[in-house]
Amino acid sequence: MSKSAIDGPTKGGFSFDLCRRNEMLVKKGLKGPSFLKTGTTIVGLVFQDGVILGADTRATEGPIVADKNCEKIHYIAPNIYCCGAGTAADTEAVTDMVSSQLTLHRYHTGRESRVVTALTLLKSHLFSYQGYVSAALVLGGVDVTGPHLHTIYPHGSTDTLPFATMGSGSLAAMAVFESKYCEGLTRDEGVQLVAEAISSGIFNDLGSGSNVDICVLTKGHKEYLRNHLQPNPRTYISQKGSFSKKTEVLLTKITPLNKLVEVIEGGDAMEE
Amino acid sequence: MPIQQANWSPYDNNGGTCVAIAGADYCVVAADTRMSTGYNILTRDYSKIIQLAEKSVMASSGFQADVRALQKVLEARHLAYQHQHNKQMSCPAMAQLLSNTLYYKRFFPYYSFNVLGGLDSEGKGCVFTYDAVGSYERVGYSSQGSGSTLIMPFLDNQLKSPSPLLLPAKDAVTPLSESEAVDLVKTCFASATERDIYTGDKLEILVLNAKGVLREYMELRKD
Repeated sequence: MSKSAIDGPTKGGFSFDLCRRNEMLVKKGLKGPSFLKTGTTIVGLVFQDGVILGADTRATEGPIVADKNCEKIHYIAPNIYCCGAGTAADTEAVTDMVSSQLTLHRYHTGRESRVVTALTLLKSHLFSYQGYVSAALVLGGVDVTGPHLHTIYPHGSTDTLPFATMGSGSLAAMAVFESKYCEGLTRDEGVQLVAEAISSGIFNDLGSGSNVDICVLTKGHKEYLRNHLQPNPRTYISQKGSFSKKTEVLLTKITPLNKLVEVIEGGDAMEE
Repeated sequence: MPIQQANWSPYDNNGGTCVAIAGADYCVVAADTRMSTGYNILTRDYSKIIQLAEKSVMASSGFQADVRALQKVLEARHLAYQHQHNKQMSCPAMAQLLSNTLYYKRFFPYYSFNVLGGLDSEGKGCVFTYDAVGSYERVGYSSQGSGSTLIMPFLDNQLKSPSPLLLPAKDAVTPLSESEAVDLVKTCFASATERDIYTGDKLEILVLNAKGVLREYMELRKD
């Protein structure tokens, strides 16, 4: 909605034309629309043979649980996965986009993707949107150069770490990691530690909950453990079995349509 | 320098949900036991229910510091009543007292969302539901708190409250047996816990009838 007399070529990306008007409305007391945030616990750690990623499965809209079992560990490449916290649409879109870009890149180069490539593509995209794309990611994978684990912040900064946590439950999870992490963990020790860290987020952070998802990445092999732990079953199912529908049929009317319409048998098939 | 606004609030919301259902000769009052602030849990084992008189039980969600202060005021007033009248307050009398106490602080309210349950002078179940400043109504069932928006429509569907506009005024009580009402309450909380992050941990249920008060607990999801 540009007000200039001559319209230039349409630029892609965000339009900030309504920002001043929105600010004025908020000052007058209007509540802005809310986004589906994943109020999350996501973690990653490096163990002796590779990388393990973990995530909870609750998606919230304010105080309400929108999805009790969503997937927060996203596929980037056969050897690279990424956990996402922040706005669900943003994490989904940005990981899908980079995944496509890497597939094309693999066709072009004929080589396995590297984690630093995904890292650079993600960070430059997020930086160019100056933090408006609200995606906080834990990127992990194993390539020819070895195992890698990175965190990526919404404004585009990155860290390279042996263990990392993000999301509203990051403090609860980091407390577990800082107490129990050491170098050279075995696969089972690593999975156990990641599950413990995510569980800590699930039970101590209200923004995280439901189940534990885990992804184990090693040289040439990946293991996606969807719902590895399900520590939150429904606690009460009514003895009644089911509740009555509480609906009343007011009127039943059957109109045979073949009396109203001309039906031609054996005509030509519809064109596409 | 841009104009600075005051950003300290005397209130906080500790979350939680309360429900009460009245029957022909009983009343069920229930609340979860989770106390939280922001995204953190303060404790998993905090009772939001208090027995104010022999036949009056109040459950309150909201800001627990204000809730506790309100409970203490009502307890003290009830003790004074007992000294003056040599008897316990009836539930409708307690209901009026609660309303007046809340309105007394109309211009710095108790951040407390209450349901009062009990038996009236005829021994029938009664439930009174309040807003933060004392507006109240006798009803057959009610819920307050963070999960009330999830529970109320379900109770409306199951208990089909007679319209208050119909005259003559129908009886406010619901045609359920005591065990059916308890089963309904448990279902309400198990469901609200699934979708409301502030509700969970444990459910405390109080059943008032002619025999006295029975307390029951049920585990809820802790995530």
